[in-house]
Parts: sequence; structure tokens; C-alpha cells
Amino acid sequence: MTTPLLDVRNVTMRFGGIVANRAVSFSVERGAVTALIGPNGAGKTTMFNCITGFYRASEGQILLNGRDGPQDIGALMTRPITGGSHLVTRAGIARTFQNIRLFKEMSVVENLLVAQHRVTANNIVSGVLRTPAFRRAEREAVDRAYHWLRQMNLAEDANRLAGELPYGRQRRLEIARAMCTDPKLICLDEPAAGLNPSETRELSEVIQRLCHEHGQTVLVIEHDMGLVMRISQHVVVLDHGEVISDGTPEHVANDPAVVAAYLGVSEEEVNA
Amino acid sequence: METNRLPALLKQALLTFTVSLILFGPISGLVLEGFSFRNELTRAVVLAAFVTLGRVALSLIGMTAFGRKLAGGAAPSGGGVTVMTGEEKSSTALLALLFLAGIALPFFADKYFLGIAILALIYCLLGLGLNIVVGLAGLLDLGFVAFYAVGAYLLALGYQYLGLGFWSALVIAPFLAGLFGMILAFPVLKMHGDYLAIVTLGFGEIIRLVLNNWLEFTGGPNGAPVPAPTLFGLEFTRTAKQGGVPLHDYFGIAYSADYKFWFIYLVLFLVVCLVIYAVERLRVMPLGRMWEALREDEIACRSLGVNHVFTKLTAFMLGASTGGLAGVFFAVHQGFVNPTSFTFFESALILAIVVLGGLGSTVGVIAAALVLTILPELLRDFAEYRVLIFGVLMVVMMIWKPRGLVRIKRPAFFPSTTAEKTGSLPFAAKAEATR
Repeated sequence: MTTPLLDVRNVTMRFGGIVANRAVSFSVERGAVTALIGPNGAGKTTMFNCITGFYRASEGQILLNGRDGPQDIGALMTRPITGGSHLVTRAGIARTFQNIRLFKEMSVVENLLVAQHRVTANNIVSGVLRTPAFRRAEREAVDRAYHWLRQMNLAEDANRLAGELPYGRQRRLEIARAMCTDPKLICLDEPAAGLNPSETRELSEVIQRLCHEHGQTVLVIEHDMGLVMRISQHVVVLDHGEVISDGTPEHVANDPAVVAAYLGVSEEEVNA
Repeated sequence: METNRLPALLKQALLTFTVSLILFGPISGLVLEGFSFRNELTRAVVLAAFVTLGRVALSLIGMTAFGRKLAGGAAPSGGGVTVMTGEEKSSTALLALLFLAGIALPFFADKYFLGIAILALIYCLLGLGLNIVVGLAGLLDLGFVAFYAVGAYLLALGYQYLGLGFWSALVIAPFLAGLFGMILAFPVLKMHGDYLAIVTLGFGEIIRLVLNNWLEFTGGPNGAPVPAPTLFGLEFTRTAKQGGVPLHDYFGIAYSADYKFWFIYLVLFLVVCLVIYAVERLRVMPLGRMWEALREDEIACRSLGVNHVFTKLTAFMLGASTGGLAGVFFAVHQGFVNPTSFTFFESALILAIVVLGGLGSTVGVIAAALVLTILPELLRDFAEYRVLIFGVLMVVMMIWKPRGLVRIKRPAFFPSTTAEKTGSLPFAAKAEATR
């Protein structure tokens, strides 16, 4: 058995006296879709923010077994002076947001070009003088942007403003932008929120294509159970900040604890 | 429809009349006479009536077809930002014509107009610099004049203490101003919006107060003299003062004070052209794109691995460098610097140039800089009302064109032809390998 790509070990996240996550442990396997589900307020997004480096977990470790061996996400964030959440993305974790965060007044291609700042020539002098190396890097970046636009069925919108796109397309553009950072793990925060059924179907195809054709590891938070059951190989259920079930979609769907968390339990069962 | 309009109009007129009466009442209606005052309420009523008449006239024009067309044309539509189609005509011919006209200007203009042109170009430079900070990176900087002062005083004090000349100051100023920008930016870049504005405002005032009060070093309010420029050892003064040869002696022509201004104008014009080119390039460069992305959404930028502190720092430093350059030209043009040239009003004026021009638009900033420096000169006769007209202009602009004079156009990008055919997948290949 290979090591999992992401290993979350006993992570606890406190905000003052409120405990959002308590001793959460799970792992994300390479090349598979892992779903993080749970009722509202279960601590899913907090967990997500810890993994993507927007919060520093109060306790525990989050290890990414990326390009340079295991890396502790928390340590990347708190590194003095240069530390910060941008290092987490550089280590290989990309994310999308629950409420879409595109660069609305920039064109679709530019959104994707910003994401590729690691591979473009950022030197001011080379850019002003348009050196051959600069032009080659730019050309490759534009081509790569178009590649991901085609993957997301967005190629015809390439030279429109990102803010003008319909909602469903903005969602897919956000995924394309995250993919342009060349991530090991892509984290999608409620990608189907606000989509109609046909857009949701298109989204699930896109995610499955990412996983099967590009070998991309995906971690997804989602409320749409149909989508979760269709795309994921591994489901982690959180409730009140704790993992209550962890396994295949079938296992989780039949777990009484999960049913209880979502639907509640009758009084007799509690007393019994 | 027709019946609804009249009461609405009356209501509007009544409201306007009441508000203007309240405003004008104490201001114009009460006249001080020693320690007592006299009522002149009829004056206030007349003024209020004028305002009301104006308001009604505006509404009536708005009801006509012509007025509606006018308002429709001026109304902000589509957010003010468009993406180019990639099929626009190249404007090289127009730019070349403008460049030649700019070069030829000193040979046609008189000394007075040339002075205005130099001032306008200095404000262009300042506007372009602040445009990097405010327009592209979205960092509100109210103390930009500090970097302008750094550039100007570098030449004055550098000459006094180190014997620096115009050219060495021109080279050093961007670096020194950039350094000051970095010193300011490091502690404050974690702040956003209003807080950043307050800190930069404070920084601008600190620089001015230091210049004003450090008598032994800067000369305080008495200011400091600035040497005239030189060109390969040739001097533009009547007699050589910096160990060179006077220009008119060298070429055997009659002395004229205009040569100095011609020279300053030409160098300044070339520098402005270079800066315009660099700024235009920045917009299609990764760094410029990152600045704009930061302005749009900082959190999203961090999620893409952009080091937001470093990126903001570069914007601040480059903006400051441009301000420092402008300072050198200002000093050499005036021949004298003192702290009164670097007040908050200057910062506000530069910010107004950037805002009026349209945040992030280079053409807009240049147009606004020219308008805002040349207009006051044309309005010399109404000098007392200059700031009033300026204010009215700002209000009108903010209502009709809140996104600035010039619509921002974003560049279009197209895939290279080889990629279209073969469908080369740089990352996909890598992803396959890691599977």
C-alpha cells in the first residue's frame, strides 16, 4: 500500500473557547476522489482551511507527501517572514472557494495566467525588453491556460471578463484556475452549490475526468449527496467537529451514525 | 404619466429649495458686523431660488428625448472594463506622430508654455507612478508626495554635500525613492484600505515635517538651491559654475536661458515615454497581472501561491521610484526646493489625476495629468475659483464616469498555432507520469 497523499493526524482547531474540529484524522489516497461531508456547522470548511493553509491548526499535524517528501502544512504557514498560506499552494495544494473568488475584472485567460506565476518569467527587465525566454514562457502559459479551458469546456469564453460568465461557468473556471497551479491535491469547497441539475451533471463529469484522465487527487466538500455518491471513492463524515464515519460511499450511506447525524434519531432509540 | 410628473417635479423643487435655504441661510444670510450680525435673509432666498431653478431646468432637460440620450450615453454601462478582440488596428502611426509632436514642441512653444508643458509631464510621471500603486495594485496611498520630495531633495542635498549632478541624481533617485518605499511598505503592507491610507498619509507628512524642521541639514523652510543640468560637461548657465564649459560658448551661439528648459523638456519627455512603455508592458507581464489580481481578490491570490506581501512591496517600490524620478525633474526645473512644494494638497492632486483618468488606465492618467495641469493655467483669470471648479469637476466625473475618463481595455490572448494543432499538454504529460 502506497503512502496517502495527504495525512491528517489528530487535528484540533479551536477559536477561543469554541472547538470547531476535535482530533480529526483521515487520509486522502492518491488519484482518488475523497469527499468530506457532514451537516451544516460540522466543521468541514474549518478543516478545509486548515488543510489549504488559511488557518493554523491548534493541535495535530497535516502532512502532504508531495514532491519533496512529507511536509507539515502548519510549519509552512508559521515559517518566519516568508511563511504564509501561499507556500501551501506552492507545496501542491490548490483550492476553490465556497463563494466564488475570481478576478472578476480580468479576462478568463488572465485569471489562468495569474495562477501560473510560478512558471512564467516574472523578471521586470526581461518583460520590458521582451526577451525570447520571456516570450516563450508567456506562450507556454497561454497554451496551458487554453488546454485547461478546453478541459473545462470554457474555450469559447477565453477572452471575456471572468465576472461576465454565468454562475456555472465561473465555478468551472475556478477549478481550471486551481489546476493551472499544477497541484498534487485539489480541494473543492462545495463546487455544486447554486448549480442547476444539468450544470451539476457537467461538473461531476469534469471532476471524474480530472481524476481518471489526469490522475488528479481531489478532496471535495459537498452537500449534494447524489454527486458525492457518484464521484467519490472515499467518504469522510464530520459531525460536531469529529469524524463519525469513514469509508466507501456504500459503507457510509448505511452507517447508522451518519443517518442519525443527518436525520436525527427518535426518542426511543436514544433511550434504548 | 404626464400627470405624475408635475407633482414629482414640484416635490423635487421644494426639497431642493429647503435644503439650499438651510445651507445658504447661515452662510450668506447672516453678515457679521464687528461683534453683532445683521440679517440678510433675502440674499439666501435669492440664492436658493437660483439653485432650485437650476435643478428644475436639469429635470426638464432630462425629460426631453435629447436629454435622455445624453444621460444614456454618459451613464456607466458594462462596468467600464472590456476585453479587446485582438483585431484592433495598431496605433503605431498615431503614437509615432504624437512622439514627433512632443519632440518638436520646444521649437514652437514660448517659454511660458514650455514651463507648463514641463509641469504637465512631471505630473504625468507622478500619475503613472501612483497609478502603479493605486490603480494596478489597489493600495490607497495618500502620501505619494513623500517620494516626490525624496527625489527633489536628493538632487538639492546631493549637490550640496556630495557634489552630485543632474545625471547621477537621475540614476540614483529611483533607487533611493524605492528604498524609502520599501521602508514604508514593510511594516504597513499587512493593512488594508483605509488603514493603509492613514499610515501613508502620516508618512507623507513626516517627510515634509522632517524637511521643514531639520534646519542644519535641509535648510528648513528656506529650502535648498538646485544646480542647473549639464550635458557631457556642457552647462546651461551664462558662466560655468560646475567646472564645465557653457553651452553657448562651446557652440559659439548667443546665450539664451531657454536652452536649459529645452534640454529639461526633451530629457523629461524621453523619460516619460520610457515609463509609459514600461507601464504598458507591465500590464501584460506576470508581475502586473499579479498586482491586478491582488487588487481584485487578495485571498484568491494567496490560494494560488502568490506571495502577497512581496508582490505589494514591488508595486510600492516601483511606484515610489517613478515618483522619485519626477522629483528630480521638478527640482531641476525650479532650481530651488523647499518643503511647501510637498504638501498633502499635492498628494491629493496626484490621486485625483489617477482617479479621474480611470484607475489602472495609462492613457486616462496621461490625459488627466495634462488636463489638470493645463486647465488651471488657462483659468488664471478665475484663480480664486480654481479649487471650486476642480471640486465640481470631480463630483460631475464621479456621477457620470465613476470608472474614469478612459475605458479600461484588457488584452486578449490566443493560443499559439502549434498548440492548436497538436494539442500539446505540458502538465497532462506530467500528471500521467506521477500516476
